Amino acid sequence: MRQLGTTLVLPAVAAGIVILAGCGGPAGAVPGTAVPGTAVPAPVSAGQAMPGMSMLPAGAPGAAAGPAAPVATDAVSIQNFAFSPATVTIRTGTTLTWTNRDQDPHTVSAMSGAFHSPTLNTGQSYQHTFTTPGRFDYLCTIHPFMTATVVVAP
Amino acid sequence: MSTPAGGAGGPEAMSRRQLLRHTAWFGAAVVLTVTGGEVISHIGGTPTATAIAQDPHALRFVQISDSHLGFTGSANTDVTGSFSRAIDQVNALGSRPDFVMHTGDLTHLSTSAQFDQVRQMLRGLRAGAVFTVPGEHDSIDDHGQRYRAMFGTGTQGDGWYSFDIKGVHVIALVNTLALEKLGHLGTDQLEFVRNDVAGLSADTPLVVFSHIPLFAMYPAWGWGTDDATQALSHLRRFSSVTCLNGHVHQLFTKTEGNVTFHSATTTAYPLPHPGQGPGPVPLTLPAGRLGAALGIRDVTYRTGRHTLAIRDQKLA
Repeated sequence: MRQLGTTLVLPAVAAGIVILAGCGGPAGAVPGTAVPGTAVPAPVSAGQAMPGMSMLPAGAPGAAAGPAAPVATDAVSIQNFAFSPATVTIRTGTTLTWTNRDQDPHTVSAMSGAFHSPTLNTGQSYQHTFTTPGRFDYLCTIHPFMTATVVVAP
Repeated sequence: MSTPAGGAGGPEAMSRRQLLRHTAWFGAAVVLTVTGGEVISHIGGTPTATAIAQDPHALRFVQISDSHLGFTGSANTDVTGSFSRAIDQVNALGSRPDFVMHTGDLTHLSTSAQFDQVRQMLRGLRAGAVFTVPGEHDSIDDHGQRYRAMFGTGTQGDGWYSFDIKGVHVIALVNTLALEKLGHLGTDQLEFVRNDVAGLSADTPLVVFSHIPLFAMYPAWGWGTDDATQALSHLRRFSSVTCLNGHVHQLFTKTEGNVTFHSATTTAYPLPHPGQGPGPVPLTLPAGRLGAALGIRDVTYRTGRHTLAIRDQKLA
């Protein structure tokens, strides 16, 4: 069921690029950005062929917030291959806006098929108005390990 | 899922006879080098790649990958230029390759204009043939229809195929269409693999191309294929299987029993090592460092001598 209120908006391209530039090259010099406790399988060979890569975790601190408590907001950021906040709780009738702040394209696609954005390139946004209560799990169809949830209260 | 990187499935998983044959064919002559003569890894290998390349009976092919035409981020502001240099570098190899395989993510957004551009650029390759497999960026929102319209001629199913050349059996798989966290082949394609190799002698060297790795390189980022183990089960009786993939934008090599996996680098932009950082976010390297992270791969196989050499070269 395609719902009303689905629009594609294209502002904020410049803003997205500025943010990305801010967490690009210079981030490698920021101490403490490495994610602790992640298992890194050592390359069997030829890992050395990429000099410099190992010193560039290049993560924006805080953007990779794990499964946190539900957040009341009408804006979801897509950054560092994650929807943030990962779970939002809204009231029926609320319009949510997703904005892609990655250099990679992403989509916002309900697993139930209830809504499906076009491909969002860097800086592009997508809006959807939730007219029925319920729990909506969604993912990026290009990177389906990116999952998140919208909880719509009556 | 196949065995996690660095896990079980070592030599004990294959018979001693298989191991010896495999080593004779592959382990003795794996050569990983970069341009400018700087040797990164050189395992055994009495016959150098150069000597093999001069053998008229040798099979020589090139793998290029992840050109992402249409990408405009800071990680590479000129992906067209770097892909063009990669093509020039292939054309400058000592001898004309029998074929060039692009292992997917030809485009960044699957637009018709990007497909037109990449096809036009691939026509500049001087090679016996040019093949492709699709990446997930080549099948956005249309299950690969635009990709197959341009590159699917002569393929089966959703774009998979195989061929024989100079004693080697080559299989090209599509694992980017039915994504559920990981790459996926599906029952039709698994059946294709089973039938495709059914009549082959176990001595036939197999080379398998796919975009997403057929081994579990880093499943949390989707770097694996959920039903690859079933496909590989059909290849277990062969003395040597070489799987070449893209997708991860970095060199990585792993051996599981009779199968050796080689992830290729990209011509567009590097990605982090597995698990370093929040996700597979394009890396913007300091000025002047990008070229060293990009590259091409050329592979040589000499019939009879059962030697194979893989050279990974930085983008010039």
